[in-house]
Amino acid sequence: MSFEYAPAPESRAVVDLKSSYGLFVDGEFVDGNGHAFKSVSPATEEVLAEISEATEDDVDKAVAAARRAYTRTWSTMPGAERAKYLYRIARIIQERSRELAVLESLDNGKPIRESRDVDIPLVAAYFFYYAGWADKLEYAMPGSAPRGSVPLPLGVAGQVIPWNFPLLMLSWKIAPALAAGNTVVLKPAETTSLTALLFAEICQQADLPPGVVNIVTGAGETGRALVGHPDVDKVAFTGSTEVGKAIGRTVAGTRKSVTLELGGKAANIVFDDAPIDQAVEGIVNGIFFNQGHVCCAGSRLLVQESVYDDVLARLKRRMASLRVGDPLDKNTDVGAINSSEQLSRIRDLSQVGEAEGAERWSPPCELPDRGFWFAPTIFTGVTQAHRIAREEIFGPVLSILTFRTPAEAVEKANNTPYGLSAGVWTDKGSRILWMASQLRAGVVWANTFNRFDPTSPFGGYKESGYGREGGRHGLEAYLAK
Amino acid sequence: MATPVLTSTDALRDAVSTPAALRRFLHGLPGVDQVGCEARVATLSSRSIKTTSKQWALDLAISMIDLTTLEGQDTLGKVRALCAKGRRPDPADPTCPPVAAICVYPDMVVTAKEGLDGSGVQVASVATAFPSGRATLDIKLQDTRAAVADGADEIDMVIDRGAFLSGSYQQVFDEIVAVKQACGRPGGDSAHLKVIMETGELATYDNVRRASWLSMLAGARFLKTPTGKVQPAATMPVTLLMLEAVRDFREATGRMVGVKPAGGISTAKDAIRYLVMVNETAGDDWLDPHWFRFGASRLLNDLLMQRTKMTTGRYSGPDYFTLD
Repeated sequence: MSFEYAPAPESRAVVDLKSSYGLFVDGEFVDGNGHAFKSVSPATEEVLAEISEATEDDVDKAVAAARRAYTRTWSTMPGAERAKYLYRIARIIQERSRELAVLESLDNGKPIRESRDVDIPLVAAYFFYYAGWADKLEYAMPGSAPRGSVPLPLGVAGQVIPWNFPLLMLSWKIAPALAAGNTVVLKPAETTSLTALLFAEICQQADLPPGVVNIVTGAGETGRALVGHPDVDKVAFTGSTEVGKAIGRTVAGTRKSVTLELGGKAANIVFDDAPIDQAVEGIVNGIFFNQGHVCCAGSRLLVQESVYDDVLARLKRRMASLRVGDPLDKNTDVGAINSSEQLSRIRDLSQVGEAEGAERWSPPCELPDRGFWFAPTIFTGVTQAHRIAREEIFGPVLSILTFRTPAEAVEKANNTPYGLSAGVWTDKGSRILWMASQLRAGVVWANTFNRFDPTSPFGGYKESGYGREGGRHGLEAYLAK
Repeated sequence: MATPVLTSTDALRDAVSTPAALRRFLHGLPGVDQVGCEARVATLSSRSIKTTSKQWALDLAISMIDLTTLEGQDTLGKVRALCAKGRRPDPADPTCPPVAAICVYPDMVVTAKEGLDGSGVQVASVATAFPSGRATLDIKLQDTRAAVADGADEIDMVIDRGAFLSGSYQQVFDEIVAVKQACGRPGGDSAHLKVIMETGELATYDNVRRASWLSMLAGARFLKTPTGKVQPAATMPVTLLMLEAVRDFREATGRMVGVKPAGGISTAKDAIRYLVMVNETAGDDWLDPHWFRFGASRLLNDLLMQRTKMTTGRYSGPDYFTLD
């Protein structure tokens, strides 16, 4: 007998979609002066809404509003008062969590199970966490400010975020900035603006003073205008290494401080004494979580040769049970690829993998006719010389390599221009500690993967960027040293 | 060095060759990461089973129940009533399937057998000094033989947890082998042996995995979680480990072993979560009363209530379902 799960779609009724959205500047929604662009649902290619594009002039107004709010209210407000606003925002996010989760899945294509159980709860958690810091800033960086004085905010932060975790990345940017006393102008990614605009509504609902949070929508041009704006004191960017480098060049020689959280090609390392069943779950979670649209995804699996056959057989069996399809179905494990551009990039690199001689495998899996889809895929017979082992694919594609000794695992794991994260699977505590000290990656997970927590700093080595987000360290990026 | 998990039949034969080899084999099984195991269960529990799938799952769950009464106060009357309930769980609806078995103490086997005559519902009897298992081997064997002689189709034995925890794996193994022999009938066939590990007393997930393999190596037809007399009783993580064990054992030997969580599963929602776990861990083949059972008493009425709700669209009160 076979157990077929009937469709279990989450209702869209909870989301009140408007046909068009403006920018959020100085506490009000206003029309942008650029060309409107469409936001589509990647699962169906349905047009969800029209979004205003912010021009240089619009960005200028937003920065001016942020400056006014910074000078007149937010920077001089006692930390305990700022905290109240942040707590209020966090509570509203919890209250409207279903609405936010459905909208996130509609606009981004990620499964509702993930937006409901991971993204939105974490968004609220980051706001709660940084709300707690707002009146304790003198303890955030001990010794940096004279005894008894509170470290100062930087001013206006220009923040640019990616499309993979739209609202979560917004919270990583806005919560610490506001807690520290900065005001912000944030640009969401052009394919996923909707939850940021709903967040703007939440700011209104929370009576946040006008200008403290401004949202400007648009693509690369809007981002460049924001990052290059002379009155921005701090630039924070999460996205591709290519754009990160361009931002680095733009702000070089200015007074702006910068944090960049860029790409990755993380090694997920499985030793022969690992808890194998849980390691297989960790491999799956490492690369197929969020369709692999994760900068810290475990996209290179390093397996000790002595358990390679076993791990591979288990991984394939497990992949065959992944449910790919409608992001709003509560039983979906893998959703849609965010855009047709990203889908072509994943296809191109997968073809390169085959052309370079790696063996490609996907479980039998039916993909919907419309929308942007890519089946969970693994490549075996991959070496460090393959492009699919070196370049970030940012999709549900795993490259599998092997190693013989711990030293070789470390060498291979570190042999990449990136260094955002790594995973280690072993039952031996001493080996975990040794590996963690050797791996050049900002986050090293032990016997787990892709776990996030507001109290834990997150950030990269090398071309994965600089600066840390999350935890006490995340405040440093928004306070004057 | 960990032992490769997809073990060959040869390796399994070696594993039971000496007490030291058995110990090496069990300790060479891959460890279980508690956090990861529980996280997997939490994800599986979030599956949403609706409409036709739910209807199908409710009927399947009913047909997998070992309807149980294991009380000091059990009487012939109580057992007869339970048999009637097991044959026809919902007297108002003839499409409702019967349960898989009635589970009783050995002295009730004759009564249960009479009560179930011709129904196809099996009689399961606990044995081997259930629930503690603290008796000498010959008494445990006699307990088993008596139940089989009275007509029990299935024997639910308990392992010697004291021996297991003190590392005397061979003793536990030998005892299971002996009880399995005692399950034999004169005709040459034998009662199905379910091995109860009393997982609540084994305490760690590593122990549960080892006890599962030990029982399968010794010839268990079914792995069963607890007696139901010790807390915690059946839990989803423990059942997940057993499902992984039977899955891997079949890969290695081609032989299927069943799984029976017992105790503490009292709602239809929980039962469906278990079925999802069976489906996504061991697979389709185990979605069958021959290979998966629920040891329960209260669960049945909740399943019936949900079943009626699916067909009528309304909940009726508990008084509309028979107590036993």
